[in-house]
Amino acid sequence: MRRFNNLAYFFLEGFRSIFTHGLMSFAAVCMIVCCLLIMGSFSLVAVNLDNMWGDYEKQNEFLAFVDETYTEEQARALQSRIEAIPNVASAAFVSKEQAREDFAADKAENELFEGLPDTVFRDRFRIHVVDLEQLEATVEQVGQITGVVKVNASPEIAQGFVVVRNIASGVALILVGILLLVSLFIITNTIKLATFNRRDEIAIMKMCGATNGFVRWPFVFEGLIIGLFGAVLAFFLQWGVYVLIGRAIDSSDTIRLITVLPFDQMAGRVLATFAATGFVIGVGGSVLAIRKFLQV
Amino acid sequence: MIRFIDVYKSYDNGTKALKGVSMRIDDGEFVFLVGPSGSGKSTIIKLITAEVAPTEGRLMVNGYNLNTIRPRQVPYMRRTLGVIFQDFRLIEKKTIYENLVFAMRAVGASPREIKKRISYVLELVGLEAKADRRPSEISGGEQQRVAIARALVNNPSMIIADEPTGNLDPQRSLEIMMLLEKINELGTTVLVVTHEKELVDRFSKRVVAIENGRIISDGTGGYYDNETI
Repeated sequence: MRRFNNLAYFFLEGFRSIFTHGLMSFAAVCMIVCCLLIMGSFSLVAVNLDNMWGDYEKQNEFLAFVDETYTEEQARALQSRIEAIPNVASAAFVSKEQAREDFAADKAENELFEGLPDTVFRDRFRIHVVDLEQLEATVEQVGQITGVVKVNASPEIAQGFVVVRNIASGVALILVGILLLVSLFIITNTIKLATFNRRDEIAIMKMCGATNGFVRWPFVFEGLIIGLFGAVLAFFLQWGVYVLIGRAIDSSDTIRLITVLPFDQMAGRVLATFAATGFVIGVGGSVLAIRKFLQV
Repeated sequence: MIRFIDVYKSYDNGTKALKGVSMRIDDGEFVFLVGPSGSGKSTIIKLITAEVAPTEGRLMVNGYNLNTIRPRQVPYMRRTLGVIFQDFRLIEKKTIYENLVFAMRAVGASPREIKKRISYVLELVGLEAKADRRPSEISGGEQQRVAIARALVNNPSMIIADEPTGNLDPQRSLEIMMLLEKINELGTTVLVVTHEKELVDRFSKRVVAIENGRIISDGTGGYYDNETI
């Protein structure tokens, strides 16, 4: 019963302190909201870029040419063997006729290529892979299938894609990490400032015989409430800003090529990340800030 | 009970605040600790409340050996003491009643205990009618009464008052001293640190005088009237 009484007291004291020290609480919430917004916006841009990058990767394909002596039926039969290779996402059959038509359409302005017979072309497969990093191995596996006489792929370009994507992910991760540390530093200092204003209260409690735990808990609850409140506020602001920017991109003729992921798709993850970050910086900031004042 | 046995205290900046202090304060005593500024009075209080540790010598406070006390035991030792400061140190944003609740809550008292004890203590210091006022709404003398009530609220065996009348006029100072005397008569040990000669002379109590970190006299009577030791 006493423990429950104490918990209720800690929570109420923490909650009350937010209003008693309204200005500092407001400053702490603002700091959390700003830091989360900056971090969140950056992360969302990174997620969207990653998604667009993924789309480009999916469009990356290579061609596998079938032996000229194979009939169309024999050639089509190779599809299941190609698709059985683990890294192959899809293999689309392209007949000689289709290949000629595609070629002719591509070179419509050039008279030299007019009237080419189908026999100039070979049956082929347009192959998409799951993981671009394993392109080279997949190309080799496809080339080993009996009936496939030539594979036309550009592993260097694919490798370039992979390198750029890895660098982008690394840079994004480092920047988010730095932002998180900067946020923690700023918020800890804001809470430290708020705690500094109350060092007399802490000293009185300690002189009355309060244990460190007893002094610390109301501050922890206060940090928790401020952190979570800031996180929820930042989430809704982030939502609003994201939707507004998304609409602006959709309605613009010049940047319509950029695909913006719907916020609903990420809302759960964003809220969970914000709440976890708010929790860590709120509680962590309070614990770090109060540590010095407990040494009385 | 407090026992200082040949206690020395030096600070990191090289100041030698106490140079071999030995004294004993028994349960139920009323003692004045007197001396000029910088004589070592505040260091004695800091040692008793375990804010600082002795450099040398032995120190016992209410059954706790402060030479070997563990940090986690310090709060429990402090619960046997009630400390009163010159500047009252009340929380401005809380009412008088809330200031007392705050002190009792700090030691984990239940709401029932709090209600019962605060009524008694407020009556003892004569402030039951002003319980819902804030410190800024009452006089300096009344604020010091609240500070005394706060020191008493957890029923300590000893009250330590550090210049309790330093911010008060002579009449209010006398009232505060009489209140402390009344508290002592109810069984609580009282140690008053002061440099107000007139006030000490009005009460026929034990007076311990300190100068340059050494006890120069200890006996019953007025300020410096006692036998030099």
